Amino acid sequence: MSAENLVTRADLAETVHESTHEGGGDRGPGHVTEDGRKIGGVVMEMKNITLRFGGVTAIKDISFDIREGEIRAIIGPNGAGKSSMLNVISGFYVPQEGEVWFRGAKRPPMKPYQVARQGIARTFQNIALFDGMSVLDNVMTGRLTQMQQGILAQALWKGPAEREEVENREKAEKIIDFLEIQHIRKTPVSRLPYGLKKRVELARALVSEPTILLLDEPMAGMNVEEKEDMCRFVLDVNDEFGTTIALIEHDMGVVMDLSDRVVVMDYGRKIGDGTPDDVRNNQEVIDAYLGVSHD
Amino acid sequence: MTKTVADRANPESVPALLAQNVARVGDKPAYREKEFGIWQSWTWAETAREIEAVALGLLNLGVAEGDFVAVIGRNRPYLYWAMVAAQSVGAVPVPLYQDASAEEMAYVMDHCGARFAVVADQEQVDKLIEVQERLHQLEHIIYVDPRGLRKYDHARLHQFSHVQNQGRAADEEFRPELERRRAKLGYDDTCVMLYTSGTTGKPKGVVLSNRNIIETAKASAEFDGLRHDEEILAYLPMAWVGDFIFSVGQAYWCGFCVNCPESPDTMMTDLREIGPTYYFAPPRIFETQLTTVMIRMEDAGRIKKWLFDHFMAHARRVGPAILDGETVGAWDRLKYALGSALVYGPLKNVLGMSRIRVGYTAGEAIGPEIFDFYRSLGINLKQLYGQTEASVFITQQPDGEVRSDTVGVPSPGVEVEVRENGEVYYRSPGVFVEYYKNPDSTADTKDPDGWVATGDAGFFEPDTGHLRIIDRAKDVAKMADGSLFAPKYVENKLKFFPNILEAVVFGAGRDRCCAFVNIDLNAVGNWAERNNIAYASYQELAGHPQVLEMIQEHVEEVNRSIARDEMLSACQIHRFLVLHKELDADDGELTRTRKVRRKVIGEKFEDLVTALYDGSQSVYTETAVTYEDGRTGKIKATLEIRDAAVVPVEAPAKAAAE
Repeated sequence: MSAENLVTRADLAETVHESTHEGGGDRGPGHVTEDGRKIGGVVMEMKNITLRFGGVTAIKDISFDIREGEIRAIIGPNGAGKSSMLNVISGFYVPQEGEVWFRGAKRPPMKPYQVARQGIARTFQNIALFDGMSVLDNVMTGRLTQMQQGILAQALWKGPAEREEVENREKAEKIIDFLEIQHIRKTPVSRLPYGLKKRVELARALVSEPTILLLDEPMAGMNVEEKEDMCRFVLDVNDEFGTTIALIEHDMGVVMDLSDRVVVMDYGRKIGDGTPDDVRNNQEVIDAYLGVSHD
Repeated sequence: MTKTVADRANPESVPALLAQNVARVGDKPAYREKEFGIWQSWTWAETAREIEAVALGLLNLGVAEGDFVAVIGRNRPYLYWAMVAAQSVGAVPVPLYQDASAEEMAYVMDHCGARFAVVADQEQVDKLIEVQERLHQLEHIIYVDPRGLRKYDHARLHQFSHVQNQGRAADEEFRPELERRRAKLGYDDTCVMLYTSGTTGKPKGVVLSNRNIIETAKASAEFDGLRHDEEILAYLPMAWVGDFIFSVGQAYWCGFCVNCPESPDTMMTDLREIGPTYYFAPPRIFETQLTTVMIRMEDAGRIKKWLFDHFMAHARRVGPAILDGETVGAWDRLKYALGSALVYGPLKNVLGMSRIRVGYTAGEAIGPEIFDFYRSLGINLKQLYGQTEASVFITQQPDGEVRSDTVGVPSPGVEVEVRENGEVYYRSPGVFVEYYKNPDSTADTKDPDGWVATGDAGFFEPDTGHLRIIDRAKDVAKMADGSLFAPKYVENKLKFFPNILEAVVFGAGRDRCCAFVNIDLNAVGNWAERNNIAYASYQELAGHPQVLEMIQEHVEEVNRSIARDEMLSACQIHRFLVLHKELDADDGELTRTRKVRRKVIGEKFEDLVTALYDGSQSVYTETAVTYEDGRTGKIKATLEIRDAAVVPVEAPAKAAAE
């Protein structure tokens, strides 16, 4: 896919990159992009993260931050440690060294569900939906972290439990409408094509009203049309809900068009960090992608 | 023309009909739309308040009498309200096709000089912004769905609900003006302007008066006994005259409820949930539905399949007769009743057709098998013949006189005659006022006495008095040997096969007929799946030898059927090829209403036509295509040309090609 096929913020924000940020990946917080989105202060910060699996070091001493309201991409060749990084953010992996700071406080090691309750939702590289359940039911499970009523109350489905379900259903329907999947509302997920499953997964993540959304290769394995749709949705999510988005992606056109800032990883190290333009012109990044021998 | 809104005996405008409905059936639903998974509804009284708010808002924005207000988007209550609101303030609504490209839109918007546009969403706003340089008269755009539009420059852009709020706030200021303009509306004022899809040349703006719409709605509603408790599903393009007659004209005349689907993709589910009592669909929809049913039955278990086949055979035999109220034996009736319980009832329910009292199909000829399938289920499906210029109705089939090959008797109030050259002419209260800014075309089409040329060739069947349409008059031509050539007649016969989506037949002025065929990806794809035929693309499937074999059988069957028709036996297809791409409106090959543009196709694929006639066995071709997002590309293919067997007719001595 070529970059110009996507009408995205990259086109609109081009002037910003050129006029106000030459050479610097570090924009000050609290600025407003050309297309009118507000980028706030740092909401999450990785400080010197190192993650090892036995003798293998997946992530070596990486630091970067994510600002409120931005789209932050993590890119890199296969095996660079991108998914591991996302798993550190989501709490699935606990790094041996380094600290994760969230909303100005150091985050103690916690379980993924605790992280989810803090407002961090994610999608998976290889879709993890409940196959036998309908799209609607899958999306509703995204509300689980917000539910107050106990199992018994929900089983009886009276009073507060019923009200809660109605509220949750309304939220789910709004997201279904937003992502334009009304026509498959009652379809079991197993019967859906790949591209739609990805969209359902995004819906499930979105319905929990996250402040940070982690997308692990949202466009992988999609055809051009599906990719364009997904790009549009990612931009719309960021725009409509002001959700901060961190995404891993292989498709360079997509990354360069979508993101405000990009972290580049290679062999577990950070080799670049900045606006798409900075990264594009970074010699080390070019080498990593074109395959210079590592000795 | 000083009729007041309160003049209930004889409402002479759509806003007046609205007032009448508020008084008559004010608490009954007027609109429903599925949103967020729930059917939201508005009663006639609520509708009137909503429309009034829009009308006041339009006054607030400075809409003048006689202004054109473009309405662009899929069927949504808000857009219908916008049309009636525009009428209420003396402006003229101009609904446009929502899938039209920015270019096509620019032409129409510029032609009518619309000062205002009410559009559905960001997509339509973007299109208008793209061409705004050329639309000097366009002042304000009002959008319904704010998604993605928040950061646009709102100097000339307004959200629909804000316009309504501002209208409500300015009620006191503008109400006298609204009352004044609404009271002035009379039969001779323009009700709506609709652009014809333009099979030939540029679209023309058909001006229809209140008299055209209301008289037509009244006559046609009485013809079928439509009442205020009908339910219809509005899903056909708002720019098409049929939707305006059904969803506005008849709906406001009768006071029935217009239901809008949740999204284009949920149409079938919504149809089933609503269960309309009055239903209109072009043949294509009925074909698609039938194809879906047949594909699902192929995958069904043995017992179900047997039940289906057995009872459908019975239904085909006696169903139409029972529907027409003819005498049918007690045993057959009993078996039909059993079939209803086991097969027909559930099937109708799945199709969303359980409650249909009156169903119409028009626009194209419908395949007899398709037509009979629905009728045999007990669905009162009928045909009508109409045009934008006639406010739809020219002829229609009365209950009990329904056949697949005629289009019925003249509608009430319509005079129809067939002139010497075979062309059909009509005159009725529904006959359009004029083509906007195009007096030459108006004079060409409508004579001073009000007779309008349909451009179709046809004849009245002597014994039944029903009209039969053969083809477009200008497409009917002579072949080299002088025999009659009616391409559409042959194409329709081809298209009746589920595997064939579209066909284009050539032969005018030539010694024999040849054809392009488009396969139906749904039907052929499913067939390929069942027969373990692998394919990677449309192009590959279309060129598969077994597919060609199958299409050849269809073509030969059509030839056998044409050979039986004395007048048209020369139209048998000698050679054909299966096109490597689907004919598409985006490439200009079809109109927006999906009618074949014969001339464009003939010119664009000139190399293929030549190959059909010069006897080559295969041909290499490159075709430019336009993708959905407006980009263009090229498709390359080598197409095989096949000879089809024809049945010798005039010269039986000549050796048959078989």
